[in-house]
Amino acid sequence: MAKIGVFVCHCGENIAAKVDCTKLVAAMEGHPGVAIAHEYKYFCSEPGQESIKKAVAEYGLTGVIVAACSPRMHEATFRTACAEAGLNPYLCEIANIREQCSWVHNDGEQATRKAIEITRSLVEKVKRNNELQPIEVPVTRRALVIGGGIAGIQAALDIANAGGEVVLVEREASLGGHMAQLSETFPTLDCSQCIMTPRMVEAARHPKIRLLTYSEIEKVEGFIGNFNVTVRQKARFVDMNLCTGCGECMQKCPAKKISGEFDCGLANRTAIYTPFAQAVPNKPVIDSEHCIFFKNGKCKACQRVCPTDAINFEMEDELVELEIGAIVVATGFQVQNTALYGEYGYGRYPDVLTGLQFERLASASGPTGGKITRPSDGKEPETIVFIQCAGSRDPSKGIAYCSKICCMYTAKHAMLYRHKNHDGNSRIFYMDIRAAGKGYDEFTRRAIEEDGAGYVRGRVSKLWQENGKLMVRGADTLLGRPVEVAADMVVLATAMVPQPDSKELGKTLGIGYDEYGFFNEAHLKLRPVETATAGIFLAGACQSPKDIPDSVAQASACASKVLALFSRDKLEREPVIAQNNEATCSGCWGCVLACPYNAIEKKDLTDRSGNLIRRVASVNAGLCQGCGTCVTFCRSNSIDLAGFTEKQIFAEVMGL
Amino acid sequence: MSEPFEPKIVAFVCTYCTYAGADLAGTSRLKYPPNVRIVRLPCTGRISPMFILKAFQKGADGVLVSGCHPGDCHFDHGNYHARRRWTAFNALLQFTGVPEERVKFSWISAAEGIKFAELIDSITEEIRTAGPFEQYHKLIAETGSAASV
Ligand SMILES: Cc1cc2nc3c(=O)[nH]c(=O)nc-3n(C[C@H](O)[C@H](O)[C@H](O)COP(=O)(O)OP(=O)(O)OC[C@H]3O[C@@H](n4cnc5c(N)ncnc54)[C@H](O)[C@@H]3O)c2cc1C
Ligand code: SF4
Ligand code: SF4
Repeated sequence: MAKIGVFVCHCGENIAAKVDCTKLVAAMEGHPGVAIAHEYKYFCSEPGQESIKKAVAEYGLTGVIVAACSPRMHEATFRTACAEAGLNPYLCEIANIREQCSWVHNDGEQATRKAIEITRSLVEKVKRNNELQPIEVPVTRRALVIGGGIAGIQAALDIANAGGEVVLVEREASLGGHMAQLSETFPTLDCSQCIMTPRMVEAARHPKIRLLTYSEIEKVEGFIGNFNVTVRQKARFVDMNLCTGCGECMQKCPAKKISGEFDCGLANRTAIYTPFAQAVPNKPVIDSEHCIFFKNGKCKACQRVCPTDAINFEMEDELVELEIGAIVVATGFQVQNTALYGEYGYGRYPDVLTGLQFERLASASGPTGGKITRPSDGKEPETIVFIQCAGSRDPSKGIAYCSKICCMYTAKHAMLYRHKNHDGNSRIFYMDIRAAGKGYDEFTRRAIEEDGAGYVRGRVSKLWQENGKLMVRGADTLLGRPVEVAADMVVLATAMVPQPDSKELGKTLGIGYDEYGFFNEAHLKLRPVETATAGIFLAGACQSPKDIPDSVAQASACASKVLALFSRDKLEREPVIAQNNEATCSGCWGCVLACPYNAIEKKDLTDRSGNLIRRVASVNAGLCQGCGTCVTFCRSNSIDLAGFTEKQIFAEVMGL
Repeated sequence: MSEPFEPKIVAFVCTYCTYAGADLAGTSRLKYPPNVRIVRLPCTGRISPMFILKAFQKGADGVLVSGCHPGDCHFDHGNYHARRRWTAFNALLQFTGVPEERVKFSWISAAEGIKFAELIDSITEEIRTAGPFEQYHKLIAETGSAASV
């Protein structure tokens, strides 16, 4: 026989002022299965909890209902109290009569009636609750960091420096990401390469970091503390152990006219290449798509000159299996393809560039050695027009958000231009100047006051070529008149967008993403670096547009989360998981189809001599997240969700 | 004089989004009519059509199903499943004599306390206008068997 204890909390005046708690207690006292009903001013207080514990022992309660605030507030408190009194914590439920009753209704009588129904329905539920045990899982103390930009490198170094093992996976041939491409960085104008390269080297040399470049995530299985990850190491065709990075091969490779990704198409590279001179690791790969040998079977020039015999055309992709405890996703961003903006002439006019291309022009290690010249004729531009929000904040083109960094880097570009070309004229078309950040507003001011950045508030409507000039027509909305500028170069501050394959990766990892493809955090304010999937964290621009300071801060936050996880031997999980009754399971696989976590496996039932009798669904307790979707798909009523069983919920509804 | 009709509405909500949104309405001290009773579930994916029939059987005049916005779901695809199943389920409801207007489907996030309060306002009004769900209650009384769904 059920012996349920009901504890009605006044929460001071918060509940008692609206809900007649004495009446609620009286209503519960007569309810079948209720052994006792008490009221008290603050059950969450020390004496309140003690009185619950005492009652559990004294009356031998088989279930507890605390009618109080939201379970999201104190479910853990009261469940712990029950556990301390020797009652399985999952036999305690909370009736929310504050947030969802006393606080939201004016009429006391109606609120009391509702409180009675809420409490009664949970009494009905708890009568059918089962004892559950938290699930214990071990922790593998090895982190996987996906993406070797500044965010990924920072996270990897922080974890490794604290003694954790790290596998850092970067899909390009070198670490670095976008930061390696930048010239100087706002708001301090320090040289990007100078602060980035030492970090890259440190990460590559770190004894606790295993670096896998030219590699991608193939498969992720498992769960927090226990992921099994398969990484595809793409064939480099260069043996990393033999190659000394002398670069002879790159000199000799006859396939020289390949548009270089690192320089955003402003310079060419060879088929055997390192993305840039300071690449880490500084060992080349052969791009088999453009290699002459791979195209028509003849060449091997690189192999002939290689002094260490490192070139191997037979090399194949390798799959690396890893056991991982936590994952940091730091896959960064892309700049938007500006093809959408026909009016800005990108792709049609060689001197219309993206901000990232401008970075390469301004970079001392770039194709022009840091001289800002026009790609079309190599001349120094006298006037440059910068167009901000080229793509961002334009819902009609599908991007409603602000890319956050473009105001800042455009001001930087205007400064760099003036520093390198003292007579240069810059005109910046903008919607607003967003410069919130330490030293940021001062920075844009400096661009205006010291470096002559000429801001024009308004949008550009048209851009065309005339007499060797790029004619830019727009509106100056502050002066309320049209403007036309004859420019020698136009730089578009194109939107920061997610990696084109981010949704694929999100699916592989089982983490959410927003409508654009940026990964979703568990809570934008309170859990900004966690994802809703336990054990997977987010750092850098893969979550939303971010500058370097924010990316680094978030990466360090990820590292602290990972280290906190690694500080434990075992993890406890809520036992709210699906359970299948193999005796009735018909093997229709409806649940397998339904489960968003691939938590349901097919299991063979065999007789004693090993002959297959039937195949049934079997829930992997480690993978199941307890969403319960499978239950509603099960045709034979075999699968059920612990803590929210069919019986419990039907009873709860009938108690209303 | 008989009492004015107060509809009874049962809401099935997911704990991560709508339940949290309802809590937020509470902590913001928003006011809404006391006609809705909430059943908290881990995810809208857990909501079975049978729960809804059960609610009507228990005397509900309307049912609300509310979860996270698509894409925000804590459980990945749970709410897509709920939505897809919903389409199929709608047909079933009509077949069993539950008109579409009696069951409402909505998305409310943990941040949308105001939206939650407004939704309860409007749903209560709509169900009040629709009147007591007497056909169904009568049907159950007559057949008796429908009660064992
Ligand atoms: C034109 C321009 C100028 C800027 N100027 C400044 C500035 O002056 N100051 C400042 O603070 N910020 C600046 N920024 C912003 C800065 O570039 C970003 O904040 C920073 O690069 C974000 O770092 P990240 O590591 O998150 O991403 P990224 O730099 O994009 O690095 C991501 C890495 O992950 C790798 N990757 C992607 N997908 C996968 C995958 N599936 N598997 C494995 N690896 C993967 C990528 O190859 C890359 O190496 C500028 C940005 C632009 C576009
Ligand atoms: S074999 Fe390919 S990579 Fe090597 S030199 Fe020839 S074209 Fe270049
Ligand atoms: S409860 Fe959800 S996660 Fe668990 S097996 Fe069922 S569908 Fe999969």
